Amino acid sequence: MHLDLTEAQALVQQTAHDYAARHLAPAAAELDRTERFPSETLRALAELGLMGVNVPAELGGAEAGAVAYALAMIEIARGCAATAVTMAVTNMVGEVIARFGSDAQRRRHVPRLTSGEYAAGAFALTEPGAGSDPGAMRTQATRVAEGFRLDGEKQWITSGAHAGVMVVWARTATPAELPGSRGISCFLVEAGTPGLTIGKAEDKMGIRGSNTVALSFDGCVVPETALLGELHSGFKIAMMALDGGRIGIAAQAIGIATAALDESAAYARERRQFDRPIAEFQAIQWMIADSRTELDAARLLCLRAASRKEAGLSFSQEASMAKLFATEAAGRVCDRNVQIHGGYGFVRDFPAERHLRDVRVTRIYEGTSEIQRSVIARGLLR
Amino acid sequence: MNFEPTDEQRLLRDTARDFARREIEPKAMELDKQGRWPTEIVKQMGELGFMGMMVPTELGGSGLDAISYVLAMEEVSAACASCGVIMSVNNSLFCDPVLKFGTDEQKATYLAPAASGAKLGAFGLTEPMSGSDAQTMATVAERKGSAWVLNGSKNFITNGPHADFVIIFAVTERRDGKVKHTAFVMPTDTPGFTRSPHDEKLGIHAAHSCTLYLENVTLDDSHVLGGVGQGFKVAMATLDGGRIGIASQALGIARAALDKSVAYSKERKSFGVPIAQHQAIQFMLADMATELDAARLLTLRAASMKDRGARHSLESAEAKLYASEAATRIAHKAIQVHGGYGYTTEYGVERHWRDARITEIYEGTSEIQRIVIAANVLKG
Repeated sequence: MHLDLTEAQALVQQTAHDYAARHLAPAAAELDRTERFPSETLRALAELGLMGVNVPAELGGAEAGAVAYALAMIEIARGCAATAVTMAVTNMVGEVIARFGSDAQRRRHVPRLTSGEYAAGAFALTEPGAGSDPGAMRTQATRVAEGFRLDGEKQWITSGAHAGVMVVWARTATPAELPGSRGISCFLVEAGTPGLTIGKAEDKMGIRGSNTVALSFDGCVVPETALLGELHSGFKIAMMALDGGRIGIAAQAIGIATAALDESAAYARERRQFDRPIAEFQAIQWMIADSRTELDAARLLCLRAASRKEAGLSFSQEASMAKLFATEAAGRVCDRNVQIHGGYGFVRDFPAERHLRDVRVTRIYEGTSEIQRSVIARGLLR
Repeated sequence: MNFEPTDEQRLLRDTARDFARREIEPKAMELDKQGRWPTEIVKQMGELGFMGMMVPTELGGSGLDAISYVLAMEEVSAACASCGVIMSVNNSLFCDPVLKFGTDEQKATYLAPAASGAKLGAFGLTEPMSGSDAQTMATVAERKGSAWVLNGSKNFITNGPHADFVIIFAVTERRDGKVKHTAFVMPTDTPGFTRSPHDEKLGIHAAHSCTLYLENVTLDDSHVLGGVGQGFKVAMATLDGGRIGIASQALGIARAALDKSVAYSKERKSFGVPIAQHQAIQFMLADMATELDAARLLTLRAASMKDRGARHSLESAEAKLYASEAATRIAHKAIQVHGGYGYTTEYGVERHWRDARITEIYEGTSEIQRIVIAANVLKG
């Protein structure tokens, strides 16, 4: 056991840190206020290699591994949580296509994702009636002469309006033929495919600079070659992608909370009450000590899951623990940050209230805390 | 970055687990109920090299790293938290400072026998009116000719009733309202040294502690550990390591509580199904396991920094704070999972709950750890 970063990991971390501090953090409040999608920033991230951190170099990725990816996500989320989630989903889509795609699919889409030619990628699993339970999915893929015809609704799709390619899950067999999640397949749908309608952007509590839409498929025909992986094996792809995705969201939460804790410490040193900096009161010190301890634990859980992924070991249980712990701890850290700032924590002149809004979603997407606990308990009780 | 133990570390952990399950666990309930000092287990731990794990082999120890120490401490403590703290005190609070600050003569006289388990060490810092605040220490060592004369008392001294050697901290200088301390290493058969009967406690019943009395205990300079006036430094450096030991003890207690809860929840039925099928139980188990892993990673991080020779005060404080508080929460939930059976002594989980509680107090309370952590974060 050793916790030193390799040179490559340290370099990715530093690159992400510098970019986030210089370009993301200063613009984050404006992005939040205007809900503007940060296209130019995403292109810059692609140029830095951050849109395919754990993607093979032959496909335009940085091939720096899962640990470097987590480190990069933490740094980007420190600057801007909305940009970070957009980056996370694009990385996840690139990884999924690189891993499960045919040569043609890999060559067509992955370099476009990593280079920034596609503004983003999207991951369309959730439906209005199928969230934590993907087995309840209703979107249909019916065989037609040209390939498959997709019909159905997808919901809460991050970057859906800007994605060059979307990974879309649909039923290829009825529940009667193949029950539960067994009759689900996975397709690559390109932007602008006829029959695909993008819904209006959701008005969200946080991560407002990210784009979240519903997708409507109505007679949307994709070629045979759009099938990703094997027929009826889509659910397995979704679960494997989510294991990795959970590391990304844990890292996002850690990044947001790291920014919040930095602000807590800085503000506590400056702000004076009762003739001294509030940092001298144990009431404040205790909040800061708990935030730091929980955040360090979250970081270790996240990096452990990433390093197991990188080593080819099982990491599903570890990723769930990382996501559960990191997102819940980050929520507490951001809440304490508002408390330490007092009234200033509640107004938009300081980033504290934005962090609290941004971090809230990390306990929900890519599997709620409740789903993570179910995964962890299943592992324990096996 | 690699979070997996090496083959050597894995082997050591398996040895410790096997020993703890075979030799310690079957006796743990009896030791707790009787409050019996586990003489035979202390001897066996010495034979296995567990009493001086990080001491070089040429000085009688096992020459292992701090990671291995954490792994072994967890295994021993999972079986019996009393045996865990006996081991931790000898390793972290006695051997460690003698190794780090001792003269060659002190290493030969005290360290070698303590590291091999032939003799037992203790650490005398706390006093009846001086705990977290060492400035209030009342024990004094006065210079008389070429000797030091010690007077005062030390309490809550784990291993105290059975120790052959003890490190005593005493005030050797008072100036402008500030005191300076000096550490002394001494055998317990020194004239003027006496001890009280052992304390009655909430938990860790088999790990005896007591009050030590020093009445005109006369020591020459060969007993000074780490230099005159350097006592505070010796104490703080020692506690950085000691906190890793206590964090590991907490890990062991918590793991035992979790393991028992998982096993019980699969057996016990309610409403026609094993209680493991109820989300109410599953979610408790998931939180217990997640917090345990978080605590273990914090502890291993502190140990890995110690192994690299890096400063690890912050990391040790985080590990001790988090692991001890998590252990109490986990043991609390373990009782809840077991229901009424958890409240009786039958399954041992009430023992884990009682044993866990001390880890939030000794070797620096949770409050002291938070002060250390906040000071590190706020120094900017």
